[in-house]
Amino acid sequence: MVDESLNLVLFSGTDDKLQAAAVLTAGAAALGKPVNIFLQYWALDAFRADRIGQDHGLAPEAGVAGRAAVEALARAGQAPWAETLRQAKDLGGVDIQACSLSMDLLKLESTDLDPLVDGVEGVTAFYLNAGGGQVVFI
Amino acid sequence: MTDAAVAITRTVDARGSFCPGPLMELIRAIRESQVGDVIAVYSSDKGSKTDIPKWVEKAGHRLVSLETSDGYDVIVVEKLR
Repeated sequence: MVDESLNLVLFSGTDDKLQAAAVLTAGAAALGKPVNIFLQYWALDAFRADRIGQDHGLAPEAGVAGRAAVEALARAGQAPWAETLRQAKDLGGVDIQACSLSMDLLKLESTDLDPLVDGVEGVTAFYLNAGGGQVVFI
Repeated sequence: MTDAAVAITRTVDARGSFCPGPLMELIRAIRESQVGDVIAVYSSDKGSKTDIPKWVEKAGHRLVSLETSDGYDVIVVEKLR
């Protein structure tokens, strides 16, 4: 279980979902599990170099109280999701790829993306990298 | 302390860092340490006192002690490999 890869398909580009994905990634990396992350649609948009540090909003279910709770945690010093992902990558075994179709959709070039993103690939390459490991869609 | 004779080589103050921050800081410290070094982690995050001992066991190190004082946990780990 521990040595199997964790494979995250990130679709949503809101800060709460990206934070949850970053924490899952960090925990897996701490255990030495390989992590493959595939960025699609609005998650990919959040990894644009010129936007990664901006406010990406929250999922609709957060509501006003949820927004206040998230902001309180940030004020208390919770690392932003991009920083948590950077730390996870420092541990090793974390590969972040942009979906080539979403790159076309958003009219992006590799140079538009934050250096956290290791490359651009298609969905078949993602599945091949995932091997027999579980795939989680966020 | 379960093992008062162990001398702390390095202290990592991760108070104020949220899950899984203290574990990440511990892993970084362990990588920079020598076998036999003893690292104390201070954590105010609720998850670390369960997660760090589990990680220590999986990674093949030794949990020297785990104590709670003044609202934070002190987790002491010896690097074994």
